[in-house]
Amino acid sequence: MASYSTNEFKGGLKVMLDGDPCNIVENELVKPGKGQAFNRVKLRNLMTGRTWERTFKSGESLEGADVLDIDMEYLYNDGDMWHFMRTDGSFEQFAADKKAVGDTAKWLKEQVVYTLTLWNDNPISVSPPNFIELEVVETDPGLKGDTAQGGSKPATLSTGAMVRVPLFINQGETLKIDTRSGEYVSRA
Amino acid sequence: MSADDWRPGATMDVLRARAGLMRRIRGFFDARDVLEVETPILGHAGSSDMHLDSLSLKARTMNGDERLWLQTSPEYHMKRLLAAGSGPIFQLARAFRDNETGRRHNIEFTMLEWYRPGFALEALIQEVAALIETVLDRPFPAVRLRAYRELFMTHLSVDPLQESADTLIRLRHQAARHAGAETAEWSRDDCCDLLMSLVIEPCLGRDGLDVVVDYPASQAALARRRNDSDGALVAARFEVYLDGIELANGFDELTDADEQQARFEADNQARAELGKPSVDADQRLISALRAGMPQGCGVALGVDRLIMLALGLEHIDSAMAFGTARC
Repeated sequence: MASYSTNEFKGGLKVMLDGDPCNIVENELVKPGKGQAFNRVKLRNLMTGRTWERTFKSGESLEGADVLDIDMEYLYNDGDMWHFMRTDGSFEQFAADKKAVGDTAKWLKEQVVYTLTLWNDNPISVSPPNFIELEVVETDPGLKGDTAQGGSKPATLSTGAMVRVPLFINQGETLKIDTRSGEYVSRA
Repeated sequence: MSADDWRPGATMDVLRARAGLMRRIRGFFDARDVLEVETPILGHAGSSDMHLDSLSLKARTMNGDERLWLQTSPEYHMKRLLAAGSGPIFQLARAFRDNETGRRHNIEFTMLEWYRPGFALEALIQEVAALIETVLDRPFPAVRLRAYRELFMTHLSVDPLQESADTLIRLRHQAARHAGAETAEWSRDDCCDLLMSLVIEPCLGRDGLDVVVDYPASQAALARRRNDSDGALVAARFEVYLDGIELANGFDELTDADEQQARFEADNQARAELGKPSVDADQRLISALRAGMPQGCGVALGVDRLIMLALGLEHIDSAMAFGTARC
């Protein structure tokens, strides 16, 4: 892998730091009136999701990380791993472990396309689409006519996710959910 | 590259305000009988400062194909004018520093530089404060002189002028703690530069103008060295801070030709250690010092930053018509 000097650091560049692949979020030059220049760099550790602030002397370099984001369709869970398939016609399959899937597990639905981040060809994270349509498998019976008022109740979706839904929603309905906030958007 | 890239980074209101500030700067010096001069941006000598990267280009001159340097400041040429008997002079010059891009840095920028033969450092500090007050039209409640060492003692409980191994360990530790940096191999100056930029600077210039004085002798650049009130060897230079931003850098100017020659050589040695190209000493500057440059002080001030402060701008791109990204 190539290495990158501080002046090449820009948002989105993937580099290795302390053995983990990281995504550069921000890079700011700081320099005293006379003297050494530094780069104050914000990086997101792609393994842990944590953000790091590090300072480098200008001109120092980091090794690039072999990290790729690839769209894949979710296939099934074998009790241990989650299996995905590329959508480019290659039918190439990848298995993601619990650590990589993380909170996205509750939004996994067969045939939906997710973004997998691969590091050295291994999935390290799985991101859901911003919106997903899921069926309600359990909720209190709907209140007829209560379509305008506020008020909400819990509902369990087909993937196991729990969301707050309006009172008029019934079991068996399909809903559009925002996966970023985990909130109900509308009936699908 | 986007379809909107042709537009200036500054609004027309900012450009009009900028023109007004430039007029005030010229008016300030006119009223004080300081002569405006223009010197070349291109020269045969580059800056030897180990932390500055000069840009150079090939030109066909009367000497054939030559490498010429874009100035990192108009210092060398202006000092030659002083040696030639110009008296007090100022210049609004374009300067270039490679590798410097950021919120407060653009590779090409406008520098206000002026020289006051016969002035002591304290007199020039007062004049810098007066200029900033005039240009910003904002009287300062206080102009405070802050010794470099005292700032480190207050903010970090470490004496930066101590040359002991113990001090170096403490500086490296502080730098690592505050910056998340691998500092095990860093020099004392590296640690001090980092701590100054990241920890101390942001606190300076609040409710008044802070002027940092008595820098470590190792950071003298082209300033004379002198003993501070405790007898420690320090650099006779100052930096001016307002609202956490470094605005100006002043020197009690080195006028000794031999010492200047020695610093050029020391600079190039330091550059070699950093793997940076060697820069030929400016022999015309040495000759000018040998002919006799009057003792005095000089200062350089970042005009784009002054405009950022005057207009409350967050990014240097919005203080100039076309930053490097747009030109």
